[in-house]
Amino acid sequence: MSFFIETLVGGLLAGVMYSLVAIGFVLVFKASGVFNFAQGSMVLCAALTFVTLRDKEIPFWLAAVITLAIMVAIAILIERVVLRPLVNRPQITLFMATLGLSFVIEGLAQIAMGASVHELDLGIIDTPVKFGDVQVSQFDLVAAGTAAVLVAALSIFFSRTRTGIALRAIADDPQAALSIGIRLQSLWQIVWGVAGFVSLVAGLLWGARQGVQFALTLVVLKALPVLIIGGFTSIAGAIVGGLIVGASDSLAEIYLGNLLGGSVSTWFSYVLAVAFLLVRPAGLFGEAPIERI
Amino acid sequence: MTEPILQLRDVSLSFKGIKALNALSFEVERGEICALIGPNGAGKSSLLNIINGVYRADSGAVIFDGARFVRIRPGHAAHLGIGRTFQHNALFRHLSVLDNVLAGLIRHSRTSIIEHAFGLARDRRETREFTRQADETLAFLDLTRHRDTIAATLPYGVQKRVDLARALVGRPSLLLLDEPMAGMNQDEKHEMSRFILEANRALGTTIVLIEHDMSVVMGLSHHVVVLDYGRKVGDGAPESVRRDPDVIAAYLGTVH
Amino acid sequence: MSTIGSDTVEQFVAADTGGRSTTIWWRAGAVTALLALLAALPLVASDYWLNAVLIPFLIMSLTALGLNLLMGYAGQASLGTGGFMLVGTYATYNLLLRLPELPLPVSLLLGGIISGLVGVIAGLPSLRIKGFYLVASTLATQFLLEWLFNQYGWFSNYSTSSSISAPRLAILGRDLSSPAGRYLLTLATVAVVTAIAVRLVRSQTGRTWMAIRDMDTAAAVIGIPVASGKLKAFFVSSLVIGIAGALWGFAYLGTVDARSFNLDRSFQVMFAIIIGGMGSIVGNYLGAAFMILLPILLDHVGTRLLGGAIDAGQLENFQRAFFGALIIWFLIKEPRGLAALLSQAAARLAPLIERRSRHLRGGRA
Repeated sequence: MSFFIETLVGGLLAGVMYSLVAIGFVLVFKASGVFNFAQGSMVLCAALTFVTLRDKEIPFWLAAVITLAIMVAIAILIERVVLRPLVNRPQITLFMATLGLSFVIEGLAQIAMGASVHELDLGIIDTPVKFGDVQVSQFDLVAAGTAAVLVAALSIFFSRTRTGIALRAIADDPQAALSIGIRLQSLWQIVWGVAGFVSLVAGLLWGARQGVQFALTLVVLKALPVLIIGGFTSIAGAIVGGLIVGASDSLAEIYLGNLLGGSVSTWFSYVLAVAFLLVRPAGLFGEAPIERI
Repeated sequence: MTEPILQLRDVSLSFKGIKALNALSFEVERGEICALIGPNGAGKSSLLNIINGVYRADSGAVIFDGARFVRIRPGHAAHLGIGRTFQHNALFRHLSVLDNVLAGLIRHSRTSIIEHAFGLARDRRETREFTRQADETLAFLDLTRHRDTIAATLPYGVQKRVDLARALVGRPSLLLLDEPMAGMNQDEKHEMSRFILEANRALGTTIVLIEHDMSVVMGLSHHVVVLDYGRKVGDGAPESVRRDPDVIAAYLGTVH
Repeated sequence: MSTIGSDTVEQFVAADTGGRSTTIWWRAGAVTALLALLAALPLVASDYWLNAVLIPFLIMSLTALGLNLLMGYAGQASLGTGGFMLVGTYATYNLLLRLPELPLPVSLLLGGIISGLVGVIAGLPSLRIKGFYLVASTLATQFLLEWLFNQYGWFSNYSTSSSISAPRLAILGRDLSSPAGRYLLTLATVAVVTAIAVRLVRSQTGRTWMAIRDMDTAAAVIGIPVASGKLKAFFVSSLVIGIAGALWGFAYLGTVDARSFNLDRSFQVMFAIIIGGMGSIVGNYLGAAFMILLPILLDHVGTRLLGGAIDAGQLENFQRAFFGALIIWFLIKEPRGLAALLSQAAARLAPLIERRSRHLRGGRA
């Protein structure tokens, strides 16, 4: 039984890490309707930049600030060069554009900063903590705590600040928001900037866990089922979806994996997500649109 | 008198708790042109969507050609003989006018994908026959000169007519027209009215149409149903509806 | 913002005007001449050209054609291409291995049909979901299939490295394992499949697909069988992609394993049709040529200019960034791809040529 709980808790905590990436998606999707496949590349880019700065003996906080500045600059550039010309195009076009974008970011980031694996030490001790019979990774706990703080900060941002409220207005009805004088483009830049910040946090945590390397971009593939289950427009959905994916993944890995004789983690969450889609096509927290003709 | 081609019995529909249609009942006689009028948001389009199965009514029934159904799939409705045009442009924009009209015949096809892939005799014969029917319909609606033009490049009024051709080519017994004259000038409206009348007379198609322009409605229809906020407020011959005080209050007095 | 998932790839699509009877004979002649020319190529082309350029180009074109039928014609975006290539490869391999009495073309076709059937299952979610929700569900197919062939040794006949090689490539006793033989096998397959595909997209099936792509609700309302149309598109597309996968494995690479057809392969094929032109048959060849030739070109330029000073990894990163940028450029500037650029150029050139020839005629008179 304690093994089961340990697996479950480990999975839930890993799920929080997925949620971190998924939140970046949700922010961008809510504000601009763009399914940003490049979120994973932004995570890699943030982590690579940070590690490169740290390798040059730049202090932690300064490195974080510089990285954030670079991420925001990239975000603004993306809005200008890629999204603005594609406004009013079908969503699938925008999706494919961000696919192209992910190739650009990955290519350029690795040309500039190299493709070798970097160690990233955030100074978090990774000795397991015991709660009764159950062992939990301390690193995962810190990551979960960070995610909680991030989500709290974001929800304050969205409910209390002018910018946040304007962003919600855009998400609800872009036409109406425009007509009352909300400037869409500068808000998009802000949202992509915030998404850049979320990528930085995710990049640091994921980088510290796996080493900063190309494989970090693959977290985007883990975040996708999270989004499908939680819905593209809900931060709460991203969290719940992350928890579901994390927990079911590690349970499936142990129990189903044994049954089938091999690792199932590459596909299990996807099959789960498709099952969810067929039952609830708009995700757990999303609303099905009314088809008008 | 024969049985009505279409009967609606206490049809209700709501979106997220807001009633779009409230226990609506009326009948459409075989061979008539019936106009649905009413202000925006009165539930006219929703009603058409229920008749051909795009929406499902919360309660009530639709009886078409003697068959009663609560829920029908759009494709099934088409097979039963319910044709439809759309308020907003719904042509297949990258296809030619001919291909758009041919698409309206696909439901009558008897050939398989294997026959299409290898161009077998039955497919060639069917294509010839369908093309002949499509050309006939194009000529009927004066569209022959646009035959090979890509739909999206045509002027709006012509696109509306192609939409009508696509619905008409399969010879529906009931044709639902959702604002066939929206956005047209007087000449175009006149022309469209003529085509609708002709389809009704020459082909015997029963027509239910939504239209805002009262002069068009009065000139065209045999029967008018007036909706307001999902309720029926008038039902009868154009002249009697025009004089109905409830209708005037709900609609005629405020719009146009 | 448009409603979630309510969009299609229709905006990309090049208008297919089709051939009219006067030009048909002319076209048939041109195609025959082109085929004869291509068939004669092994007489002059080196093994390098056959192996590294022509064979992969042809197979990439075939794969792109498969995806284009689904995505460019029927409007159903998919990233499961690699998975269907895998099914085709492994199915054909097992047919060749376990039923050696079957002729090679039959095994290839059956392998394709098996892939097509898997495609139908993978396409079932398309009956309920659209847009990138559908893309995500095709990713499930991709990952599940990759895992399946990697996991179970039966598919690779329990070979130790879990990789497979074609047991034999021969038709009517003629060995096809030479570069020229593999090239001709590929060319013949591509020619036959293309001919059928051209017929299909101009037929009622093609009209059904394009109607679903352009406006699926309207298609359903006028009685077009939307569900079966989508599933047929998945079937035909996966069938073609499956055959292409088998050729990729046995006529091009020779030895493959499950990783030969990973997600990157699916991306590559999708990029090929975006660059070449969605909803255009010619676009497949243009896009495939681009995808195969550009890396070779960049490689040569890299070594010539920099004399090998730049390492292979950097070159690959550069290629990655370049392709990504190109995709964005095409989506913004010419969503109908190289095929549209080509036909625009032809349209611009035609009056010039006409004037020129009239001028010449006038001069003679």
